[in-house]
Amino acid sequence: MKLNFDIVTAERIVYSDEVDVVVAPGMEGQLAILPNHAPLMTMLQPGELMVRKDGEESFMFVSGGFLEMMPNKVTILADTAERADEIDAARAEDAMKRAEQRLQSRPADLDSTRAEVALRRSMTRLKVAERRRRRAQTG
Amino acid sequence: MASTQKIRQRIRSIQNTVKITKVMEMIAASRMRRAQERALMARPYAEKMQAVLANLAAQLQAGDGLHPLLSKRPVNKIAIIHITSDRGLCGGLNINVNHLSGNFILSQDVEVGIIAVGKKGRDFMSRAERGIIAEFLGLGDKPSIEDVRAIARLVIDDYTNGSIDHVKVVYPKFVSTTMQEPTMEELLPVTPNPDLSGNVQYIYEPTAGDVLDQLLPRYVEMGIYHALLETIASEQSARMVAMRNATDNANEMIEDLTLEYNKARQNMITTELLEITGGVSALK
Repeated sequence: MKLNFDIVTAERIVYSDEVDVVVAPGMEGQLAILPNHAPLMTMLQPGELMVRKDGEESFMFVSGGFLEMMPNKVTILADTAERADEIDAARAEDAMKRAEQRLQSRPADLDSTRAEVALRRSMTRLKVAERRRRRAQTG
Repeated sequence: MASTQKIRQRIRSIQNTVKITKVMEMIAASRMRRAQERALMARPYAEKMQAVLANLAAQLQAGDGLHPLLSKRPVNKIAIIHITSDRGLCGGLNINVNHLSGNFILSQDVEVGIIAVGKKGRDFMSRAERGIIAEFLGLGDKPSIEDVRAIARLVIDDYTNGSIDHVKVVYPKFVSTTMQEPTMEELLPVTPNPDLSGNVQYIYEPTAGDVLDQLLPRYVEMGIYHALLETIASEQSARMVAMRNATDNANEMIEDLTLEYNKARQNMITTELLEITGGVSALK
């Protein structure tokens, strides 16, 4: 029994395949979904998304969005999503530094929640990219 | 009759024009294909979102206090998101859109503000001295959803704080390569389509209200993004057709002028011959 899994953003279809398990960063914590789950609709937080297909795991980054679960069909409506191999690590690192600096220097017009979200987002993105690199070295 | 040299010059200048229009036609054709693809790529997201929204709205209907973006209210001020292309040379595309918005504004009793996306529409509205709330120019051929977010935030904020009560989008809808239709659609308040709800009882996390709060702004963004993609596809196909017509016309002109040139040349030769024979007979 497989899960029909799609990630779509406003700009493109990021991923579409039949998979065994999906682990997604739900609003109320990590969420592992197996086939035949009850209908569910949840918001996602910026984080790492893992899918396993025939024992092979692949990782993605989502910056938030919605996950819709129908029996045997999972659709993620993501704000933005990137497969691990698409992440530009240098850019993510830049973004992280910028956000850190902004939080530390505390300019008058600081929108602290936005800066924190930006920081968390770039850190997660890096984590996903990192994981892929390590995997490439060991495997 | 113009001198042969003048005619030759004209032919050459038109030939140069043909080169330009032909290239523009080909560029527009390839951009159009890409724009269409992009519009197609955005479709699954839009469809899914509509379905989810319909479902949520059906579920929340019984609940108290409608979400501000869903609730209709008496209209004191309307805003139009007026989407046109940045560049011209695309036939009547922008003019038709301008007319649609213009006629709508004139037919309303209440104040209408303009949010101009694209230079051609902005120029038209500022010439007509209509209240422009904001303008977004130079979004290019490949706008990202990020570009649209600013526009969406603007209308959502103004709608929520009550400075506008109704938002419409006006853009050239892409029907086919040869046809683009100026279209006006409602953006706010959001009206879910009840036919799309699959009547699924979801478990909502955290709550249905929270999901709706997050979903509605995305939905508005999507609506604008979609209109923008259609505009780009329309612009390129309109330009392609306009340029093809221009090329055809120019080629026709070249044909006519070539005929004229040949006639003029023949005339000249005849006159010269006559002069020579005239001269010879005078010598006899």
